[in-house]
Amino acid sequence: MAQSSSSRDEAHWQATTRLMFTHLGVWVFFGYIIHMFVKPLNNIIIPILEFPLGFYMAAQGSLIVFVVMLFMFAKQQDRIDRQFGVAEDD
Amino acid sequence: MATQTSAASSDFIKNLGRMYGTYTGSFVAFIILLAIFEQVGVPNRVLGYLFVGFTILVYAVIGVMTRTAQISEYYVAGRRVPAFYNGMATGADWMSAASFVGMAGTLFLLGYDGLTWVLGWTGGYVLVSILIGPYLRKFGAYTVPDFMSFRFGGNLARGIAVIVLVCCSFTYVTAQVYGTGIIASRFLGMPFEIAVFAGLAGILLCSMLGGMRAVTWTQIAQYIVLIIAYLTPIVILSTKHYGIPIPELTYGRAIAEITLREQQLLQTGLTTAAALKPHIQPFINYSPFNFFAIMFCMMVGTASLPHILMRYFTTPTVREARQSVAWSLFFIFLLYFSAPAYAAFSKLEVYTNIIGRDLTQVRPWLFQWGELGLIQICGKNAVNIDAIVAACKAVAGHPGVVRLQDFVINTDVIVLSTPEIAGLPYVISGLVAAGGLAAALSTADGLLLAIANALSHDVYYKMLDPNAPTIRRLTVARVLLFFVAVAAAATAATKPGDILAMVGWAFSLAMAGNFPALVMGIWWKRTTAAGAVAGMIAGFGLCLFYLLVTRYFPGYGVKYFGMSSLYSAATGAPLVADMAKAMAAPNAMEIWPTLAHPLANKVGWFDLNNIACGLLGVPVGFATIIIVSLLGKEPSREMQAYVDEIRKPRGRTVLEEKT
Repeated sequence: MAQSSSSRDEAHWQATTRLMFTHLGVWVFFGYIIHMFVKPLNNIIIPILEFPLGFYMAAQGSLIVFVVMLFMFAKQQDRIDRQFGVAEDD
Repeated sequence: MATQTSAASSDFIKNLGRMYGTYTGSFVAFIILLAIFEQVGVPNRVLGYLFVGFTILVYAVIGVMTRTAQISEYYVAGRRVPAFYNGMATGADWMSAASFVGMAGTLFLLGYDGLTWVLGWTGGYVLVSILIGPYLRKFGAYTVPDFMSFRFGGNLARGIAVIVLVCCSFTYVTAQVYGTGIIASRFLGMPFEIAVFAGLAGILLCSMLGGMRAVTWTQIAQYIVLIIAYLTPIVILSTKHYGIPIPELTYGRAIAEITLREQQLLQTGLTTAAALKPHIQPFINYSPFNFFAIMFCMMVGTASLPHILMRYFTTPTVREARQSVAWSLFFIFLLYFSAPAYAAFSKLEVYTNIIGRDLTQVRPWLFQWGELGLIQICGKNAVNIDAIVAACKAVAGHPGVVRLQDFVINTDVIVLSTPEIAGLPYVISGLVAAGGLAAALSTADGLLLAIANALSHDVYYKMLDPNAPTIRRLTVARVLLFFVAVAAAATAATKPGDILAMVGWAFSLAMAGNFPALVMGIWWKRTTAAGAVAGMIAGFGLCLFYLLVTRYFPGYGVKYFGMSSLYSAATGAPLVADMAKAMAAPNAMEIWPTLAHPLANKVGWFDLNNIACGLLGVPVGFATIIIVSLLGKEPSREMQAYVDEIRKPRGRTVLEEKT
């Protein structure tokens, strides 16, 4: 790569920070914001399973989102590390 | 390290799958064997002892086999634990007796509001992964105070971090030892005090000789036991009731039936609108503010608890540290998304087969728990039919059928009684006991190790005697582990009244003391040593102050610190109806009062429950760090270069320990 190593490091950290804020945003949404609307959401009943949606989001929905986003984060951060040449050797 | 040992250890890592696969298979075979024993008439008590004794023996054997005399093995398991297995070990480290036995019961009692704990104890892993864990792995610490000391100028920061660590971990470990005592005494019929020390022996066998290395490999074995034990009863129950062996999907129907039944109970006069707390209705036990405050504190606390963060020091790479957080949450999720199913199935059973029944027709499974004082009907222990009939006769105008307000159940019973409710053989109850014990032991192991490591590595080696030879360091570590364990058991044996609240406090204390300094130390290069030290003291101090005043000096809080009554979430009325009268009472200024004191835990600022005191500490901590840092001189160029190093996975660790 032609860039000097310090400006490359800076770009790496910028991309990392952006990814961090994206995931933090998803975390705030599924951790807090969606549960503020539990009462209207409870009026929606999930077909077949019969869960009220507000209850379901707190009991399972948000948890599934957290697990999936952590696996995605590990992948995305690794891609950023590789792109800027700071990943560990395999 | 010699090439010989690393070749042997890579064989060990390669064989992990087969080893733990065989172990799981043998465990299932063992359950089947005990089931056969039960059929041929071996008494229940003997089955219970076999279950508990055999599993503890296995943990002890693993603990002894993985003993070590190497420093890096002792403190960070040689940094060789693969992501998947570290995830399992973290799962066991994380899920305590409170999660295994208490969580479902809390959901039973609180309904929707109990989900704040489910969310709070899972969502924090997102913060661990994106903000802190992988960076500490790159740094190369043995303990969390190691990082604080390096980044923030030495032993003052290290000392404060050790105080924070000991405060939060010790309260937490006491609750775990208490949990082992409860489970052992309930299933094996041992006196509680003896059971506590028996549990202690099990804990020490696992961790004493091998430190982190031994704890890691036993925790994986304990995770396998606890998850099989937790899921088996409800999978069978779900299959029986709804024909599908996935309780997490079928309990939606149970909830719909509960809601229907709640309406029936109201219409038939079996309950009153005041006594009924509808299962899916939010914010009747916690106000919305406290619901989100507790959730936030549990999440941020997760990312600050030293015994969890140190598990990610053991992975081979930074990449694997991140994957490992994801696996950890996956393994934790398996239990937490099943807990509401336990609560729903139990509640349906209670609402259909107990409430509304004629007193003489009550199902007999509950009498065993009534004898232990865990289920009461009409204010008396439900020992047998005659006892409850007599108790209810004494209640004026009692209709002779069980009403909702007559029935009181201890939260621990929900998980422990499910096998009997489902009509399953005793062997399943024994399995559940072994699972609960595994949960309590594994968490206690991790916590004790965190405390003992901080004292031996940070206080003894780094602060008192930096030239101590390896053998003496390890000896000191083991001796300290022993004494901390005995202190925890001695505290637990006194049955302190606040034991469950203490777990919540541990999270708040950890977050107030550690979180701002850890995050800013990594994410803001401008953070200075003075700023971080001031921030840790301010955040932790405020949180501790709020806790102590609202719980132990409530009168002083009202008189001198402008505290006022908290409010009831259900009615919106203040918990202390007449503050002037309460303050005029002779006991108003009592200190260290029991929970029965009219003001204890009922006063505060902004209607904030003291479990969530970290919510005060964290913003103050961040603000202090920023202000004091900006007032001082920028950290040295060298230090900023180190921070850059921490941010890049490639390259050597920043801190190189001599082994």
